[in-house]
Amino acid sequence: MTFRTIEKKNFPPFIEKLMPAMEVVGVREKVEGKYEFALLESPSQLCLDYDVTLLSPKKYFLPPQETLLKFRTGKTVSCEAVLASKPLAIIGVHPYDLKAMAQLDRIFADANSDEHYRKQRQDTVIIGSDIKKSSPYAFCKSMNSTTVQEGFDLFLTDIGEGYVVAVGTQKGQDLLAQWATSRAATKEEVAKRSEIQEKIPYLFSLNTLTTPYDELPRLLTDHAASKLFDELAEKCFSCGSCNLVCPTCYCFDVQDEMALNLSEGERFRLWDGCLLEGFAQVATGENFREDRSERIRHRIFRKGKYIYEKYGEHGCVGCGRCASACLPDIANPVEIFNRLKEGK
Amino acid sequence: MTAAQVQPTSIYLPSLAEIVRTEQLTKMEKLFEIKLQNGQELGHQPGQFVEVSLFGIGEAPISVSSSPTKKGSFELAVRAVGNVTQALHTLNRGATLGIRGPFGKGFPIEEMKGKDILFVAGGIGLMPLRSLINYVLDNRSHFGRVFVLFGAKTPAEQLFLDELAKWRQSKDMEYWETVDRSDGQWKGNVGVITTLFPKITVDPQKTIAVIVGPPIMYRFAILEAQVKGIPDDQIIVSLERRMKCGVGKCGHCQINHIYVCQEGPVFSYAKIKDLKEAI
Repeated sequence: MTFRTIEKKNFPPFIEKLMPAMEVVGVREKVEGKYEFALLESPSQLCLDYDVTLLSPKKYFLPPQETLLKFRTGKTVSCEAVLASKPLAIIGVHPYDLKAMAQLDRIFADANSDEHYRKQRQDTVIIGSDIKKSSPYAFCKSMNSTTVQEGFDLFLTDIGEGYVVAVGTQKGQDLLAQWATSRAATKEEVAKRSEIQEKIPYLFSLNTLTTPYDELPRLLTDHAASKLFDELAEKCFSCGSCNLVCPTCYCFDVQDEMALNLSEGERFRLWDGCLLEGFAQVATGENFREDRSERIRHRIFRKGKYIYEKYGEHGCVGCGRCASACLPDIANPVEIFNRLKEGK
Repeated sequence: MTAAQVQPTSIYLPSLAEIVRTEQLTKMEKLFEIKLQNGQELGHQPGQFVEVSLFGIGEAPISVSSSPTKKGSFELAVRAVGNVTQALHTLNRGATLGIRGPFGKGFPIEEMKGKDILFVAGGIGLMPLRSLINYVLDNRSHFGRVFVLFGAKTPAEQLFLDELAKWRQSKDMEYWETVDRSDGQWKGNVGVITTLFPKITVDPQKTIAVIVGPPIMYRFAILEAQVKGIPDDQIIVSLERRMKCGVGKCGHCQINHIYVCQEGPVFSYAKIKDLKEAI
């Protein structure tokens, strides 16, 4: 990997130059202590010492609502696909979200390639940045997501006087060459970067799994019938908030809507969640996961077993968003995995 | 922002198709014979399904009911239960709809060749099973003995009456039928479908049982097949799930780690018997 350095004074101009060429999204403070990925109107809005954003950058590739088709009804029926995308830069993506995005990239390319997702993904340049502080619920160390070697076009490490920029792709290199004032990073700067990154896992020392990463599937297999799922179900609202904020959840519903002229309309997809009561229900009324405990178990098994068995990595990246979004405070994967391990 | 571009590359884009014939099968069920507008064959295997689009209403997964040996068009038999299927029932010859697919894995025809086949159909389970029964009848010499056990709730809920009449007379199969409740006119067997099993004798190692019916039927019908000595990997079922996208993305059809729209809807019982939620 090659490393470049952007002096701090040259960083705002870099963003400023990007703005006319593409939409530039970065981490902004929404309200005090709460962050979000949002359009930057000026470089000063960018915040790179955040803990976690409310939603992951998934929302740009799999929007909460996305038009798939436009159609006309009536005498002559017709339909066409809508594949919209725009040049986009996303700045400040943490390693756990980069891992989640890489996983979605695989899933949406897998077998039946989903061009609605992939088109915007290909039109996007991703600039990652180091985690500087941990959210109270994050457990990235246990999920191997405190640092990454891939999944970004550029990656920023703040070494004080400037950013060391790891160049992950040709797209990243081109972006840097075209818009930024940068120079080759010195040996000392690269060493400083490593030193900083080596300390990041310690941010998560207080919140760790008692089961090693690769042994989670076995843990879940052994405790599939645990009473814990029933206990959690007693408190669960089936609200789907845990699904909604998860950077790796990608299930969706599809709906049609007619325009007011009643002769044309759109088919769009919407985020859906496996915790919602009707998720597995068919038209005859049969619901194949009627019990809340079954739905909770399904989500936990997706995050700690099924995805791992298919892709070799877990469907949980340790961001802790589900735990902070859960009103009855039962969604925290650390607590669930650790309690299963304790057998209670 | 660039304007929305129109490209024919979406996996969610249906092909347009035309209804060329309809037939009311029962009060609740209607048959649709459909031709793709591009003139192509659907190219399905027995047991596969399509996503039927009614624009402005939505999509629903429907099993193909005709055998691929029938060329030029295909048939869907549909019960009116949801938004899409109820709207579909209002359509007649000449109407345009959208079709995506075929999707999923169909029945394992190659593995079934040379074997005796025991078909067990409960209610509208006959709709998907009919695609295979007619395929077997059209390729009769490739298969051994053929048994068909068909159960309906009442005589009025029997489907495909012309075909049933032929099957009753056919020397190509041993056909048994029952109804859960008689209407007073019915002269045949009365009782649930499991009451038909004692009437037949199969060579279990040589027999493949293909069972399709409502969720509740599987537990009992599979048990009856096992009692006959048929091994679990020779018991084939087709499972109903909410297959919203058909392409392994939307997540609704999952049984544990399995996307039914990709790895199913047809499964051997051996493959799913240990999965919670499957049966």
